Amino acid sequence: MQKKVACSFPDEVLEHVFSFIQSDKDRNAVSMVCKSWYEIERWCRRKIFIGNCYAVSPRMVIRRFPKVRSIELKGKPHFADFNLVPDGWGGYVLPWIAEMAGAYPWLEEIRLKRMVVTDECLELIAKSFKNFKVLVLFSCEGFSTDGLAAIAASCMNLRELDLRDSDVDDLGGHWLSHFPETYTSLVSLNSSCLGSDEVSLSALERLVGRCTNLRTLRLNRAVPLDKIANILGRAPQLVDFGTGTYGADLQSDVFSSLAGAFSSCKELRSLSGFWDVVPAYLPAIYPVCSRLTSLNLSYVTIQSPDLVKLLRHCPSLQRLLVLDYIEDSGLEALSSSCKDLQELRVFPSDPFGEEPNVSLTEQGLVSVCLACPKLQSVLYFCRRMSNVALVTIAQNCPNLTRFRLCIIEPRTADFLTLEPLDVGFGAIVEHCKDLRRLSLSGLLTDRVFEYIGRYAKKLEMLSVAFAGESDLGLHHVLSGCESLRKLEIRDCPFGDKALLANAAKLETMRSLWMSSCAVSFGACKLLGQKMPRLNVEVIDESGPPDSRPDSCPVDKLYIYRSVAGPRFDMPPFVWTMDEDSALQVS
Amino acid sequence: MEGSVAYDNDLNLKATELRLGLPGTHEEQQAVSSSTVRNNKRPNGESDARNETAPPPKAQIVGWPPIRSYRKNNSQPKKTESEGVGIYVKVSMDGAPYLRKIDLKVYSGYPELLQAVENMFKFTIGEYSEREGYKGSDYAPTYEDKDGDWMLVGDVPWEMFITSCKRLRIMKGSEARGLGCGV
Repeated sequence: MQKKVACSFPDEVLEHVFSFIQSDKDRNAVSMVCKSWYEIERWCRRKIFIGNCYAVSPRMVIRRFPKVRSIELKGKPHFADFNLVPDGWGGYVLPWIAEMAGAYPWLEEIRLKRMVVTDECLELIAKSFKNFKVLVLFSCEGFSTDGLAAIAASCMNLRELDLRDSDVDDLGGHWLSHFPETYTSLVSLNSSCLGSDEVSLSALERLVGRCTNLRTLRLNRAVPLDKIANILGRAPQLVDFGTGTYGADLQSDVFSSLAGAFSSCKELRSLSGFWDVVPAYLPAIYPVCSRLTSLNLSYVTIQSPDLVKLLRHCPSLQRLLVLDYIEDSGLEALSSSCKDLQELRVFPSDPFGEEPNVSLTEQGLVSVCLACPKLQSVLYFCRRMSNVALVTIAQNCPNLTRFRLCIIEPRTADFLTLEPLDVGFGAIVEHCKDLRRLSLSGLLTDRVFEYIGRYAKKLEMLSVAFAGESDLGLHHVLSGCESLRKLEIRDCPFGDKALLANAAKLETMRSLWMSSCAVSFGACKLLGQKMPRLNVEVIDESGPPDSRPDSCPVDKLYIYRSVAGPRFDMPPFVWTMDEDSALQVS
Repeated sequence: MEGSVAYDNDLNLKATELRLGLPGTHEEQQAVSSSTVRNNKRPNGESDARNETAPPPKAQIVGWPPIRSYRKNNSQPKKTESEGVGIYVKVSMDGAPYLRKIDLKVYSGYPELLQAVENMFKFTIGEYSEREGYKGSDYAPTYEDKDGDWMLVGDVPWEMFITSCKRLRIMKGSEARGLGCGV
């Protein structure tokens, strides 16, 4: 009967209904209702998100979804950000671009994260997609400004070019002049990661001047302070602005034109950049501070009193990135000025120093948590922590969805009691029922994992380092965390038992990374053999793992579910554990 | 490691020639409190390292702390009026009514530091020897290190001293002669 009802709607009606369903999860659910809905849905899906580019092949995606306009792909594991994934590991986007060039001529958006993108890829994109609009390269690498020039020259309808945090070979600023004089569609440009000292200022100014829809502009360090006023003057409609260098010898005329330029930006809500800040120039931004919701001061190496002076002008602030120069006293001041704070990230100014160079402790974070009820997302680097502070944080911020704490020295105990921090983190997972992301640090036993397995039911991503005592720790997490998608572990005494006992769990997750743990080569082979829908990859730069006994622990292990089978682009130091449990070297 | 150095559970101070008593007396106290001089402050655990250079910095762990490479170079704030960050520690002297504060960075070594302290409090410290500490006066300069232990000034290399010294105390009288027991 239900089937009859479903089929009584013409396809076009269903398609129209489906067009209101945007979320991937809902789309996936819709496609599972019945065969006809599957068919209709797949023809009208416009946007795909692929969290692991090796989980599926380009051909499979194209075969199922022939009319895609927007694709998002992620490549390397997160720990690649910290140099734990050797160069050449993979994450190449070229095969995807090559297949899509033929299959999706109307592709409009490509968003990539941690992938290797070459100039050839960029040229192919520029050539193949006539209506190309959005290119986001988040933490990517492998390309130069020549590739960007190709995009600029060909993509007449480009709206967004965002290179955030990418490692670009910057050959100088001339690529900007490849945007034709007739090109006016730019809405968002983030070139803040470009490292060359050269930038074509006149091309930049002209571009900004003629793109009247420009809302986001994040400049790179090469753009000097005295040029900002000119640029802002041409784009008073900006919502999100990133300065270049924000330091120079103080000159009153430069200051006043800067202040004037900022005052005319009535829509400005987000500021970033601020390299080489000279504190005397900061008051130039005061005119916009009361409306600011996001402020990235993570390159600002000025002392706490100057930071506080600025922050007192920003009562609407929701998001703050800052260095630990802010100190506990500055965070205390922040907590009284910025009641709407939702996200706080405090980065270490001297991460490799053995002694603290600033007076920033757990107290700073506690004072913010006590005073800012809307706080949801925390990233905090510090040198000491206590269980009582963590419990206080947990009790006062039950709405936390992301909590990442990095106590700089591994295995640091509660500084008050010298105990492990199990109870403190336990309180976090117990009270913060919507916690989706958690990073642990400090001295931790298997107990913290027991708490996590028991309470962290919505946890999707967990990062663990230098923690735990036995396989029981890993077992608690794998058997208890129902929503777990990504688990990354380094330097923990977790071995074969928990992994093999929870093999089925791994198919419900996107990926598992384990490095410098105690998983044996034999266990990896067994896992690869038993679980055909998992790719079990051993990364070992010291030579083939089968030249050592099966009981030897592997250096790095990356396990991910895939319907595409083992990949073929592995470098010599990556081995995949195949179903035949024979060694596969590509 | 030197054959004469024994790192048992008991502090084998005799072997390292540090004494809890005056030179010539045998050690009395085995049950040392944590505030007394310990012999495991040597860099790399060697007893005669005090004249060597400072120990090598701790090996960096790959990928730790977990920050992106572009965030690693946030150097000290530009030095404008101030000359950069000094290392200020309190100096107390037994019997003096108030404390002083000095910047350890200003001095290039122990002789200069001790001279400055002598001038500050108008007294003389004796002559330092590795064997016997400060001989020839009623005073002994000690310092509290980052572990909370009270140490005799001069035992560790200067570079190590200025990074681990939290405060200075000029001990006087019998305490000084006993080299800091029961602080």
